[in-house]
Amino acid sequence: MSVLVFTENWDGKFKKLSFELVSYASKIAEMLNTQTVALSIGNVQEDELKKLSSYGADKIVSVNNEALKNLDNQAYTSVIAQVAEKEGSKVVVISHNNTGKALAPRLSVKLKAGLGAAVTKLPVSVSPFTIYKKAFSGKAFTNVVIKSDVKIVTLAQNSFEVIENAKNASVENFSAQIGEVKTVVEEVQKQTGKLILTDAEIVVSGGRGMKASGNWGAIEELAQVLGAATACSRPVSDEGWRPHDEHTGQTGKIIAPNLYIAAGISGAIQHLAGVSASKCIVAINTDKDAPIFEAADYGIVGDALKVLPELIGAVKEAKAK
Amino acid sequence: MKILICLSNVPDTTTKAKFVNDNKAFDTTGVQWIINPWDELALTRAIQLKADAANAIENITVVTVGKADAEPTMRKALAIGADSAVRIDAEPKDAYYVAAQIAEYVKSNPFDIILSGIESSDYNGSAVGGMLAEFLNMSSVSAVSALNIEGGKVKITRDIDGGKEQVTAQLPVVAIVQKGIAKEPMIAAMRGIMMARQKPLQIVAPVEVEALTEIVNFELPQPKPACKMIAPENIKELVDLLQNEAKVI
Repeated sequence: MSVLVFTENWDGKFKKLSFELVSYASKIAEMLNTQTVALSIGNVQEDELKKLSSYGADKIVSVNNEALKNLDNQAYTSVIAQVAEKEGSKVVVISHNNTGKALAPRLSVKLKAGLGAAVTKLPVSVSPFTIYKKAFSGKAFTNVVIKSDVKIVTLAQNSFEVIENAKNASVENFSAQIGEVKTVVEEVQKQTGKLILTDAEIVVSGGRGMKASGNWGAIEELAQVLGAATACSRPVSDEGWRPHDEHTGQTGKIIAPNLYIAAGISGAIQHLAGVSASKCIVAINTDKDAPIFEAADYGIVGDALKVLPELIGAVKEAKAK
Repeated sequence: MKILICLSNVPDTTTKAKFVNDNKAFDTTGVQWIINPWDELALTRAIQLKADAANAIENITVVTVGKADAEPTMRKALAIGADSAVRIDAEPKDAYYVAAQIAEYVKSNPFDIILSGIESSDYNGSAVGGMLAEFLNMSSVSAVSALNIEGGKVKITRDIDGGKEQVTAQLPVVAIVQKGIAKEPMIAAMRGIMMARQKPLQIVAPVEVEALTEIVNFELPQPKPACKMIAPENIKELVDLLQNEAKVI
């Protein structure tokens, strides 16, 4: 028996998300009184793989094959299933990021394992295996029992802490059977010099109250002084003021940073669905009755175009101290 | 070429979540039902692709697992521009159950491209498209923000954490689509609404499938403490609170 955790890599490196996942998986393993096996697919060096043992991995399985250079959902699912079967895994933990959302449902069918998607905390109980997740895009939460023998859980990003728990894990190379790969990645365009929105601990976001795309300099400058990523509301991306991948909200990106600063965003229910999991929300809006103030921890009634330069100055001053 | 779109019938996105029966069931009183927003974008993209004769798309079908109360939403999809609709007559128990039902239908009615929204706005499982692909042993591409047909293959833009990939996939394929696949959902025109009444809406009996998960109950989020208001001229106070009270910067 074991808990298996799939740890994705980015150009051969892990990131905070990977360590959150291993921490989470090893806590479930403790609840089940079993061990944690981490699975890495792709070309990752041994010293990088060993980092996973700092967060509770008892064993690390590495599958490195040229055919797995790029994500093919069918091939990756098959590899995870082979390792889960070999390790007798009763629970498989995967991130609820783009890759996880692509793989977990396939794996659910392959292993006939019930899927608990986008969980935000440890299972409420392991017998019956009951997970806690949001429903209706964050307007509610639900307890769900997974009835199958094997269970799959995808963990919402930034919802579990990284817990140091050093183990002396060995790295085992595994040769998986790989069938025909039916998708080909022709080109990869990486975002450079910008924080990834779903990874960011601080996010500065602008709405229609910013009035024009030309006013985004203030959002970007505040993001820069805070080490934050930039985001926007749906009308802003619909207007083409900002790219659609910055749209946060129900139909855009769902984020959970430590700090979310909403400038000129009224806070429609669909927007709040995407940001309500943020640990702290600051709202700047001219309308004191805007719904964003109901979701916010700190609020300023004022014009974002006037408040932002002041805020940039104040943050710079505080940081200089 | 034939396109299938998996359609979810969901409460309007502005609906307040309320529950009945000891918080075990969603309260449907007074709820407006809509096409799941991502599925609506998928449908829009399919109609755009069909409008280009070079793509040789002969039929766009929408499929829903649901009872008769899902039919108005299906008629809406027909009014927007789907050619036919299939309702698998069962209460959707969980994503595995739904995907298994659709897979059974597709096994005897094959499609070249199957589109599914990346998430449904009710249970947020992000699961049906991927599960369906695995049941059918088809390839799948997720987080699709652009899709075109070229030389009997599909050219897809897939969003990855921190970038995009251009992916070519053989047919048949399941594409799990997100924002960007179409700019805005298409709206039904009066002519489309009239025509929708004549379009076929087939009802199919479900197969025996066991759901793998079961909802125990729902909870509403804890109310947030009141927002601390800061005067615009006291901006330093806000920075101080963020540093020393919230400890987030």
